[in-house]
Amino acid sequence: MKEIVPGGYLFYDSTKPLPASKFREDIHVIGVPLTAICNEAYKLPRERQLFKNICYVGALSHLIGIEPAVIEQLLKEEFASKPKLIGANLNAFNLGRDWAARHLDPIGLQLQRADAVGDRIFVEGNAAAALGAVYGGATVCAWYPITPSTSLAEAFTGYCEDLRTDPDGTKRYAIVQGEDEIASIGIVVGAGWNGARAFTCTSGPGISLMNEFIGLSYFAEIPAVIFDVQRGGPSTGMPTRTQQSDLLLAAYASHGDTKHVLLLPADPGECFEMGALAFDLSDRLQTAVFVMLDLDIGMQQWLVPPFKWDDTKRIDRGKVMTANALEAGEFFGRYTDVDGDGIPFRTYPGTHPTKGAYFTRGTSRNRMAGYSEKGVDYQDNMERLLKKFHTAATLVPGPVIRPAAQKTKTGVVYFGSTSAAMDEALETLEDKGHHINAMRVRAFPFGQDVYDFIHAHDEICVVEQNRDAQLRSLLMIEGAIDPARLTSILHYDGTPITARFLIDAIGKRLDARQATRQITRKT
Amino acid sequence: MTYILKPKLHHPSLPKNDLGFTRRDYEGRVSTLCAGCGHDSISAAIVQAAWELDIEPHRLAKMSGIGCSSKTPDYFLGQSHGFNSVHGRMPSVLTGANLANRDLIYLGVSGDGDSASIGLGQFAHSIRRGVNMSYIVENNGVYGLTKGQFSATSDKGSKSKKGVENTESGIDLVALALQLGATYVGRSFSGDKEQLVPLIKGALSHHGPAFLDVISPCVAFNNHAGSTKSFDYVREHNEAVNRLDVILGRTPIATAYAPGELREVTQHDGSTLRLRKLAEDYDPTNKIAAANYLQERHAEGEIVTGLLFVDPDATDLHDRLGTTLTPLNQLTSEQLTPGCAALARINDGLR
Repeated sequence: MKEIVPGGYLFYDSTKPLPASKFREDIHVIGVPLTAICNEAYKLPRERQLFKNICYVGALSHLIGIEPAVIEQLLKEEFASKPKLIGANLNAFNLGRDWAARHLDPIGLQLQRADAVGDRIFVEGNAAAALGAVYGGATVCAWYPITPSTSLAEAFTGYCEDLRTDPDGTKRYAIVQGEDEIASIGIVVGAGWNGARAFTCTSGPGISLMNEFIGLSYFAEIPAVIFDVQRGGPSTGMPTRTQQSDLLLAAYASHGDTKHVLLLPADPGECFEMGALAFDLSDRLQTAVFVMLDLDIGMQQWLVPPFKWDDTKRIDRGKVMTANALEAGEFFGRYTDVDGDGIPFRTYPGTHPTKGAYFTRGTSRNRMAGYSEKGVDYQDNMERLLKKFHTAATLVPGPVIRPAAQKTKTGVVYFGSTSAAMDEALETLEDKGHHINAMRVRAFPFGQDVYDFIHAHDEICVVEQNRDAQLRSLLMIEGAIDPARLTSILHYDGTPITARFLIDAIGKRLDARQATRQITRKT
Repeated sequence: MTYILKPKLHHPSLPKNDLGFTRRDYEGRVSTLCAGCGHDSISAAIVQAAWELDIEPHRLAKMSGIGCSSKTPDYFLGQSHGFNSVHGRMPSVLTGANLANRDLIYLGVSGDGDSASIGLGQFAHSIRRGVNMSYIVENNGVYGLTKGQFSATSDKGSKSKKGVENTESGIDLVALALQLGATYVGRSFSGDKEQLVPLIKGALSHHGPAFLDVISPCVAFNNHAGSTKSFDYVREHNEAVNRLDVILGRTPIATAYAPGELREVTQHDGSTLRLRKLAEDYDPTNKIAAANYLQERHAEGEIVTGLLFVDPDATDLHDRLGTTLTPLNQLTSEQLTPGCAALARINDGLR
């Protein structure tokens, strides 16, 4: 009840009416005895329970003027496969609507018919990411069920059945439900080593289990795509709630010095784009690439512009030596940086009868893939891996920057599912006189433009959905940003972040700063 | 894991197989295992088997986990791609590699620590999944790299080098493999190359999950009196049920055999496994009888070796999944990306 703004409305089941003392005085309270209505109309306990919701919608339709025909149409769509339920739900709807018409007056708010949808599509991020994997050319999927990522593998299965299965049933893909997350990532690494585009999808606990293999992917330089649909952690945490708390876990997964590429989609539209892009990046960089969804993006349906694809686009397999190149006597050193970008060439097993074979290992090696524990060989390799990571920063999607209406030295940095709420909050804050430049980070490692944005501002609010300010930590670690410049705005109770929260938190911070300025007479 | 290369110069009189390769062409780097290690004999047997089968070295991928045994893929088939992965996880890496390219031959080499302890789960699931592979466990009952701890295949009551008695039950990977659905199961001894080479050849030719448990004594930590994995103990208790010949295509039987002595099993791909019976009435196509026989002999302290079970009509993971015959890693953009028209239909369905 605390959430309701003054002057707002509380609508409740008044079968057992609550005394007025239980309610706030500054809001309107409307009671409808939903339980009593349904108990009278239905005999079966199950029906009494199930039809309460639609009865509620009926009452609401009278109060705020929802056209019954619209509801009828929606019911027909929803229960297209179970037509029996259409009439039953419509009856319950009318039950509530009739009761409200007899006992209550419309509250004066009138729902307006609008078409703000346009050609947009309604889709969940997990399905979009799965479709991205299909378009990105993924052929091997190995996964282990875990909320909230399960529907990604299921969507991939569904799309592959439709789009990658020949009329005779032959499949241009292979999906294996592993015995656990370790086997799943193992299968992905094996397939990536052998030249197939492979992925797994999981959530935080799965990433914890996959750490050893992620390190192998990094050190032995094997492509692997991992979709991490983040949920509330740590441990089992809040499996059915959303959070952005796997950022550090993924960025530095596994023992020893490791760093990984992360893509940070903001909505299902970007899940599709980045879901496909991840496979090109992973092949080009020959390393693990994470696509960091969260439960809010992954499992909720979002309204986004239609998916787009360019038919001239071809799968980019990166630096792979062909049999012809080997036959022509081209130099091949598996861990040799021939182009100065830190990315070596690789061969697929079975390429050439006598050339190009090498031994892949998680142990230290020299440039020719021979086992070596010499300090110079080890360091040479680690430096090249770092160079490759710097190359990655030039290949990943850059940030999206939204300038304020007026020139300002205040900025906000955010990512992922905070995006929609942030758009709304920035508009309101602008109306209130707070001018803020906004930057949505879309990948790790950060490109130069991310640091340029931060350095162009006196104060930066870093907004994220975790307790420990993990994006802020990454900026400090990788960009040597002065912590004093970065103020954390954190929302991590497991519910999706809201514009109201952002307006309040960012607004308070900026007001406090203004007050400090006045005291110290700074401008 | 060594950086010592063997000289490439071959004696001109070395025999060549049908591909024109000598056995030396199937060798790898110089082993860094202890002198006399059973694993080196198994590496030699793999070299011999691949040479005899005329396998093009680059058409075979060798995979391993971590441990003494898992080091060995560096010591054979130097022309093949190899992958020394992480401890106990060779089966999943091999499964992924196999999914990516069904045309190669996959040889997984593991040890008793790698497969019976940390990797027991992956061992089990790769077999029940039906991955087309030859899975060899070089079984010495001891952790050699970390200097002599018991492994999960150490028999209860066997003694360590320091005289400590193992109080935990040993895992019999052959019994597990049978139950889990391996379609080619054998056991052998690193000291018996005549038995081992044909068993490896049969495994490499088999279409389906083939499992070989090869007792391979550890000369450094498990070759003393009181061990049940020592050279002496295995020689004394080795009870071979048959002798195997692998015949690709049909060749006439040259040697004379007594009636009932010979048993031929023709596999789905046309290869023939010709078995000379040593134990009377042992039928390697009868899984239940095989399992019973193993249990009975084990209770007597005997180590049953030979080809213990084979299903000539085995299928593999790709058969079960219905994957295209073209290796997945060779599919083109056109075959993989559905394109704009399909996407427009999907968009319509989401409005």
